[in-house]
Amino acid sequence: MATAFEKHPTGTGWVVEDHDSFRVARTTFTDQDVLERERGGIFDRCWLYIGHESELPNPNDFVRRSVGGRDLIFNRDRKGDYHAFFNSCPHRGAAVVREDKGSSISFKCFYHGWSFNNNGAFATRFAAGTYPDDFNKDGCANLVSVPRLAGYAGFWFVNFDANAESLEDYLAGAKDFLQVVADHAADGMEIVGGIQEYSVRANWKLLVENSFDGYHAHETHSTYLEYLVDAIGGPAELFPSRGNISRAYDLGNGHAVIEGPAPWGRPVAQWIPAWGEDGREEIAAIYAELEKRLGKERAEQVAYGNRNLLIFPNLVINDIMAITVRTFYPEQPDYMNVNSWALAPKGEARHFRKRRLDNFLEFLGPGGFATPDDVEALESCQRSYRNRAAAGWNDISRGMLRDEPLADDEAQMRAFWREWDRRVAKAG
Amino acid sequence: MATIEHAGVSAGRQGGTPTRSEIEDFLYLEAQLLDEWKLDEWLALFAEGATYDVPTTRADDDADSADQLFLVADDYARLQHRVRRLKKPGAHSEWPRSRTAHSISNVRIVEAEGDELLIRSVFVTYRAKNDVTDCYFGHHFHRIRVQADGLRILSKRSMLDMSSLRPHGRVSIIV
Repeated sequence: MATAFEKHPTGTGWVVEDHDSFRVARTTFTDQDVLERERGGIFDRCWLYIGHESELPNPNDFVRRSVGGRDLIFNRDRKGDYHAFFNSCPHRGAAVVREDKGSSISFKCFYHGWSFNNNGAFATRFAAGTYPDDFNKDGCANLVSVPRLAGYAGFWFVNFDANAESLEDYLAGAKDFLQVVADHAADGMEIVGGIQEYSVRANWKLLVENSFDGYHAHETHSTYLEYLVDAIGGPAELFPSRGNISRAYDLGNGHAVIEGPAPWGRPVAQWIPAWGEDGREEIAAIYAELEKRLGKERAEQVAYGNRNLLIFPNLVINDIMAITVRTFYPEQPDYMNVNSWALAPKGEARHFRKRRLDNFLEFLGPGGFATPDDVEALESCQRSYRNRAAAGWNDISRGMLRDEPLADDEAQMRAFWREWDRRVAKAG
Repeated sequence: MATIEHAGVSAGRQGGTPTRSEIEDFLYLEAQLLDEWKLDEWLALFAEGATYDVPTTRADDDADSADQLFLVADDYARLQHRVRRLKKPGAHSEWPRSRTAHSISNVRIVEAEGDELLIRSVFVTYRAKNDVTDCYFGHHFHRIRVQADGLRILSKRSMLDMSSLRPHGRVSIIV
């Protein structure tokens, strides 16, 4: 469950929490040394998102994923069990999977032809005498598994630290919010085809902050909000009993969420006049199913709550006018790769799905009416950090005295930075 | 609203299927209007009800925006808003606007039926802003209607042939 925000003693000296301000040193966005410590203290130790269960619907399915600086295969074997392997041939290292996705009972390296069952076991036969009889007794010719792989509510994660705590302990209060997303549909959720793969010339932590920043919307996204006034055709049908306040919640272990009402339509399930009377009936039917399955309180939360969720360090699930699943990794201190997916109820009717994807593209992604302006802001911040010797600190103090922080406060970012500070200090 | 009379194929052309060079002139005009940021004039090249879309990189030519995530999938209302938005200072990604060069080649008329043509072309579009230059490349499909007063775009689909939108991070210009 959500807990009150707590203050922690600082560790690295780069995150300074005082009685009158909360500040972060801009060197944390620019220095190669900081990135190395993040790799050791965060990306080598935290649970990192690898994929959604819907991407591997059948035994033998696989996808190729870049996670935490590694090239991985996420797949199911002939029996249907889930695996995550390092995508490197044990022989010389070439990639054994070179496609984005597919279905295969085995993997074969294109260099010398070593092949592997899809449970990772070495499967090449050689003429007698080519290798010692006990070759691969220790498994040295099998694909190497990622040390830890676990799923929760359809979302699968890996951890490169064999001694890491369990995924469920790690997720802490974020578990309930992953479940809220899974609760959108009785038959489960699925990743829609098509990945938005783009980059931002900025430090990855700027996108962490931006992804659940309720404060910037009116200034940065004025043109989206102007569009919305035209496009929704009148006020959305909000749920009066949920109130009109958006709040931030600390979910523990650096995870946090902002949640509250919003003026746009939600495919599950908040009607806007632009969807017409037929749309109103369809949305009402979706809501009725939610209430029957989940009870009134949870149904209201699913249908009328908007959530920007961060699973520390870099999984963002924004359940807003559509649902986006987004993860991103630093290549350099001032450059990150971003992957964004759309998540939707399985088997959604075609015109519902179209409505959802239109909603998504109006705001989200590299061609939307909002995300490009976020990218511009993040890159502007990054360029300006060249002034850091004289102007060296970011301010993250907004709402720091409020017991129940609002979504346009910055408590959710402070939760991230405290965990970042704790982990990077340990990696020093 | 601006006119498109400077289009070589617009006013007073004599019936029949346009030649490839007439089509090329039309696409070059479109490219020039975009490079000169004459966005209202650019929009006037489109018929009412026209669409503009950009699938994600590595999508198929026949990708469907009703069941697949795109980068841009504008119906005519969103297309009009895209133009209105790009002219506002609040469109921060394009204010101040980027510099662009839209290059078009390999133009082919791949279908001709009645007064409608399907044109495939190859594009290379450079975008420069903040001392950074990005290159978009790929192929366009223009579905074009031949009218008495010139050519109109019924749909424009821009297929990006990069393996990902990296390092660009956005398609805030019209490609």
